[in-house]
Amino acid sequence: MPLPRLIPCLDVAGDRVVKGIRFQGLRDVGDPVDLGAAYSDAGADELVFLDVTATVEERPLLPELVSRVADELAIPFTVGGGVRSAADGEALLRAGADKVAVNSAALKRPALIEELAALLGSQAVVVAIDAAAGKVYARAGTEPVGRLAAAWAAEAEERGAGEILLTSIDADGTRAGYDLALTRAVAEAVSIPVIASGGAGEARHVAEALEVVQAALLASILHESPARLGALREELGDLGVPLRDAA
Amino acid sequence: MRVAVCDYGASNVRSVLAAFGRLGAEARSTRDPDDVLAADLAVLPGVGSAASAMRGLREHGLDAALRSRVGAGGPTLGICLGLQLALEESEEDGGVPGLGLLPGRTVRLREGRVPRMGWAQVEPDGEAFYFAHSYAAETPAATARSEGIVAVAEAGSFLGVQFHPEKSGPAGARFLARCLSRA
Repeated sequence: MPLPRLIPCLDVAGDRVVKGIRFQGLRDVGDPVDLGAAYSDAGADELVFLDVTATVEERPLLPELVSRVADELAIPFTVGGGVRSAADGEALLRAGADKVAVNSAALKRPALIEELAALLGSQAVVVAIDAAAGKVYARAGTEPVGRLAAAWAAEAEERGAGEILLTSIDADGTRAGYDLALTRAVAEAVSIPVIASGGAGEARHVAEALEVVQAALLASILHESPARLGALREELGDLGVPLRDAA
Repeated sequence: MRVAVCDYGASNVRSVLAAFGRLGAEARSTRDPDDVLAADLAVLPGVGSAASAMRGLREHGLDAALRSRVGAGGPTLGICLGLQLALEESEEDGGVPGLGLLPGRTVRLREGRVPRMGWAQVEPDGEAFYFAHSYAAETPAATARSEGIVAVAEAGSFLGVQFHPEKSGPAGARFLARCLSRA
């Protein structure tokens, strides 16, 4: 297996990185390219740019922004938010993204996963799942869809997803650790890589998740600080997590 | 240094162009066989499926251009699917004939989580590069491996890599700089 991955997640609104819980109280944190480059220099294995306004405004992340990121960064990045068609996904890849993430749009119309995989290849298709108490929620975690996260993950794989990005709504923001039961259930249901998200407060939490899945999404644990990523990598190294030599 | 990057389908060509641009090369994407023949270095990138990629190459006459370029000793780099397409055939999509620039075939990965995604060390050097693939080369032309999987294969003027040097940070940039210095 490849080395465990650390993936900082940058929430984007318009062309700025913002901080905030979902749609409330967004605060400007900086320029996506500058922050992305700083995380890359600090040893990020990949990045995720999540447009927190795109689903509401029904359009994907700005292609000009995606291109600026691609021109500056030499690590892979995923773009999520507002992807509703294979054409949306193709436009983002052509702009320079490596993968696109879909969530609510795929729940509403699961064939979207097949269409994206056929056009872009499975390796470019990330299906994001928000779950609480093992069940899936749509629309930024607000709308229960009445199915188990593990079953939806297995269906997504069957339809051509190349990766699952699993966020625990219960754990998100608590900094009390990832929801390992949920994470394990999903990881056992699929044979594609899984990225755990939500709940990391300290290095030990990240190390625990990386024993179950292949990658950890990092958000509030980083405090929007690339330097914090560097420190976290060292702490994880001390805990015996084999990370790549990023020099 | 002129680099021609074949642009024949739905893939992230921009990152390849940007990576060469950062090294000071004049990299352009193209569908014109004459550009592929004339460049100092030709690059066959690619993600997606073997069948649709081969269709795209044939549609623009890039398959013939790549064969004659490599036949004439022109330095050519295949990345990821670009390595797999260079083999004689692929078992993807029910069997697809390849370009035949390298001996061997492309087979489905059968161990571990697939797609095989992430940074992995490439032996003998031990440096980590970024991989994202569900198929891999089986070829006697392999010159480096990662966890037993063919990471680099070389025959004549064609060099194929399974990893994405354009996405592999400083290690990837050093690799691409070596490709440019050899071209």
